[in-house]
Amino acid sequence: MNYELIGITVLWTFLYGYLIVASIDFGAGFFSYYTKQTKKDHLIHNIIQRYLSPVWEVTNVFLIFFIIGIVGFFPSTAYYYGSALLVPGSISIILLAIRGSYYAFATYGAKESKLYSFLYGATGLLIPASLSTVLTISEGGYVSTESGRVQLLYGELFGSPYSWGVVILAIVSVLFISASFLTYYASRAKDAQALKLLRKYALIWAFPAISMGVIVFFLLGQRNAMHFENMVDIWWAFGLSFVAFLWATYLIWKGKNYGTAFILVMIQYFTAFFGYGAAHLPYLLYPYLTIYDGFTNETMAISLIAAFIAGLLLLIPSLYLLMKLFLFDADYVEGKKPKAL
Amino acid sequence: MFVEYDPVLYSRILTALTLGFHVIFATLGVGVPLMIAIAEWMGIRRNDPHYTLMARRWARGFVVTVAVGVVTGTAIALQLSLLWPNFMQAAGHTIGLPMFMEAFAFFFEAIFLGIYLYTWDRFKSKLKHFLLIIPIVIGATASAFFITTVNSFMNAPQGFTIVDGILTDVSPLAAMFNPATPTKIAHVIVTCYLTSAFVLGAIAAFNLLKGKTHVYHKKALHLTMVTGVIFAIGTAVIGDLSGKYLHEYQPEKLAAAEWHFETESEAPLILGGILTEDNEVRFALEIPYALSILAGGSTDTVVVGLNDFPEEYLPPLWVHYMFDLMVFIGMYLAAVSTLFVFVNWKKNWNAFNRPLLWSVFAGGPLAMVAIQSGWLFAEVGRQPWILNGVMTVAEGATTSQHVDIMLVLFIILYTILGTTCVMVLRRMFKSNPVEHELEKRGLVHLNSHVSNQ
Repeated sequence: MNYELIGITVLWTFLYGYLIVASIDFGAGFFSYYTKQTKKDHLIHNIIQRYLSPVWEVTNVFLIFFIIGIVGFFPSTAYYYGSALLVPGSISIILLAIRGSYYAFATYGAKESKLYSFLYGATGLLIPASLSTVLTISEGGYVSTESGRVQLLYGELFGSPYSWGVVILAIVSVLFISASFLTYYASRAKDAQALKLLRKYALIWAFPAISMGVIVFFLLGQRNAMHFENMVDIWWAFGLSFVAFLWATYLIWKGKNYGTAFILVMIQYFTAFFGYGAAHLPYLLYPYLTIYDGFTNETMAISLIAAFIAGLLLLIPSLYLLMKLFLFDADYVEGKKPKAL
Repeated sequence: MFVEYDPVLYSRILTALTLGFHVIFATLGVGVPLMIAIAEWMGIRRNDPHYTLMARRWARGFVVTVAVGVVTGTAIALQLSLLWPNFMQAAGHTIGLPMFMEAFAFFFEAIFLGIYLYTWDRFKSKLKHFLLIIPIVIGATASAFFITTVNSFMNAPQGFTIVDGILTDVSPLAAMFNPATPTKIAHVIVTCYLTSAFVLGAIAAFNLLKGKTHVYHKKALHLTMVTGVIFAIGTAVIGDLSGKYLHEYQPEKLAAAEWHFETESEAPLILGGILTEDNEVRFALEIPYALSILAGGSTDTVVVGLNDFPEEYLPPLWVHYMFDLMVFIGMYLAAVSTLFVFVNWKKNWNAFNRPLLWSVFAGGPLAMVAIQSGWLFAEVGRQPWILNGVMTVAEGATTSQHVDIMLVLFIILYTILGTTCVMVLRRMFKSNPVEHELEKRGLVHLNSHVSNQ
C-alpha cells in the first residue's frame, strides 16, 4: 500500500466516523424538535440530553480532522475545493456555528427556548444537505476551470437530479442512523416509553434510507459512468451493505438485540461508504485531481502518518474512558448517577 | 460610491473578522483551564470548598465560551481553505503537520472536558476529579502551541526549497521549529494565561464593587492577581526576547512598529506620537537608547531603519499604534496586579479599596484589547506577505466571486453569536449567584477572613 492510499484511507475513516457520530447528533436534534411540536418530547428528552451533553464537541472534531487532514495529505484539494466551495462551504460553517453554539447555550445556560430548539432541529437537516454537496461535486461536471479560475457551476448543481438525490439520501440516512442508535440507547436506559417511540422512528426511516441508496446508485450511473462501473465491479460491498441493512431492520422490527442492530447499521454504512470511496479512486475530483498528482511530499506524508498513529494511541484510551463513563455505564445511562455541572 | 470588487481585500477583512472574534474565545480557552486547575488544586490543598466551588463555577462559564470557540475554530479551519486556497496549498506541503496535531490536541481536550464537566459528584476522591482537568490544560496549551508554530512559520518560513516554483526538500520539523517559534509560542501562551487571569479577576472585582462582601469574591480576586503577577512578569521577559527576534529576522517589522527611519546605533524608543506627511515623528515620547537595548541588549546595537527597505515590502505604519497599545496594556496589567498583591501583603492596608478594584476591573477588557492589538500588529506587520518573503497575500487569496456577501453574512453571524453568548453567561450567573450556591451547599459561614498566604 502506498502513502497516497494510506493517506486517503485515514481521511476516509475520519469522514466515516463523522458520518456516524454526526448523524446521531443531527437526527437527535430533529427528533427533539419534532417531538416538541407533537408534544411527545417528555418521552425522549432525557435520553437525548443524557447522551449528547458530554459528547457534542467530540463530533465537531471529526470534521475538523478531515478538513485539516485532507489539506495536509492532499494540498491541491485546498486549491480546487477551496476555490469552488466558497459559498456552500461558508453556508455550512454558518449552520454548524449556529447549531454548536445554540446547543451549548440551551444546555448549559438558558432555560428551554422554542427558538433554540427550532434552530437545533432545522440545522440537523440542513447541515447534512449542505455538506453532501461536496461529494456531489467530486463526481465532476459541476466545476469549470476556464481562464485558470476554478468556479462552481450553480445551475448545473441545482438542476441535476443526482445532486438532489444525494441531498435526500443524506437526510434520510441521518434520521435512520440516529433513530437506530437512540433506540439502542433507550433500551440500555430501560426507558420503555422512549424505546417505543424511537423504535417506531427507526422503522419508519429504514425504507426511505435504503431506497434512496439504491436510487442514488443508479442516478450515479447517468452522472459518472466510470465511477458507476467501478462500483459495479465491487458489487459485493454493496450487497453486504444491503444484507446488513435487512438484518438490522429485522432485529429492530423483532424488538430484540438493539445493540447488534446498531452495529449492523454501522456495517451497512461502512461497506457502502468505503465501496463508494474505493470506486471513486484514484480521483479526488473528476477529472482534475487524483490522489497521485495532488499528493503532498513524502517527508510530510511520513510525518503525518506518524503523528496520526501517535495521536490514535492517545485518543483511543481517552475515547474508551468517555464511552465507559457515559455510554456503557448502566447507572449513568439509566439516570441514576448525578449529572450536575 | 462603488468600490471595485477585490477578493483579496474582502478575504483579508473576513479572515481578520473571524480571527478577531475567534481569538477572544481561543484566548480564554487556553488560559481558563489553567485557572480552573489552580482553583481546584487550592480547594484540595487547603481543604477549602470555596476554591472548589470557584473551579466549578468557572468551568460552567468556560464551557459556554468553549462552544463559541469550537464553532469559530471550525469556521477558521474551513475559511483558510475557502479564502486562501493558494496559500493553503503551499502550507499543506510544508506546515501541515502541526495543523494536523492541533486537531489531535483539541480532540484530546474535548474528550476530557466532556468527562470533567459531568463528573463533579461522581468520584469519592476529589483528587480523581482534579486529575481530569490536567489533560484539558495540556490539550488547550498544546493546541495553542501547534497552531502558533503555523503562524511562526508564516513569519519565518523555512524547511523547504523552491525550485522552479515547486516546493522540494521539505522538512516538516524544521518548518515547525523556525526562528520565530520560541518567542512567539511563549508570548502567545503566557498572554493567554495573563488575560484569562485578568478576565476572571475583573469578574471578582466587579462583584466586590457591586457591594458583595463574601470572602469567596476576595479569594477569587486574590488568586487571580497572584497568578496575574507571575504571568505579567513572564510576558515582559518574553516581550523583550521577541524584540530581539524581530531585530534579527524581521527588522522591517520592528522598524515599522517603532517608526524607526534611519539606520543607527543608540536608537531611541518612540512611544505614541503622530507621523507627518514627510514621515516626521511629532508629539512622541522618546526613550533614549531603549530601541537599541530592546533589539540587541546594548546601546551600540545598530537598528536598521525603514529607509533601508524597499517601500513596496513595508507594512502600513499605523501598526506602531497597535504595538504601543499592546505594550502599554501589558505594563498596566503588571502594575495593577503587583500593586494589589503588595497592598494585600501589607498587614494593615486594605487591598479591596474602590480605586484598586476599579483598576483590576478595567484590566479584564483591556487585556482583551491587548490581545486584539497584538494580533493586528503581528498580522498587519507582516504585510504584504502571507508567507514572509515567499508569497504575498494577493498571491495566496481566492479569486472567487461573492466574498463580499460572505463577509456580510459572517458579520451578522458573529454579532448574533456574541450577543447571545453574553446574554446567556449573564443569565447563568445572575440566576445562580455565588451567595445562593454557597447557601445551597452550606458553605456560607466558612472562615470569613482572607488568608494572606
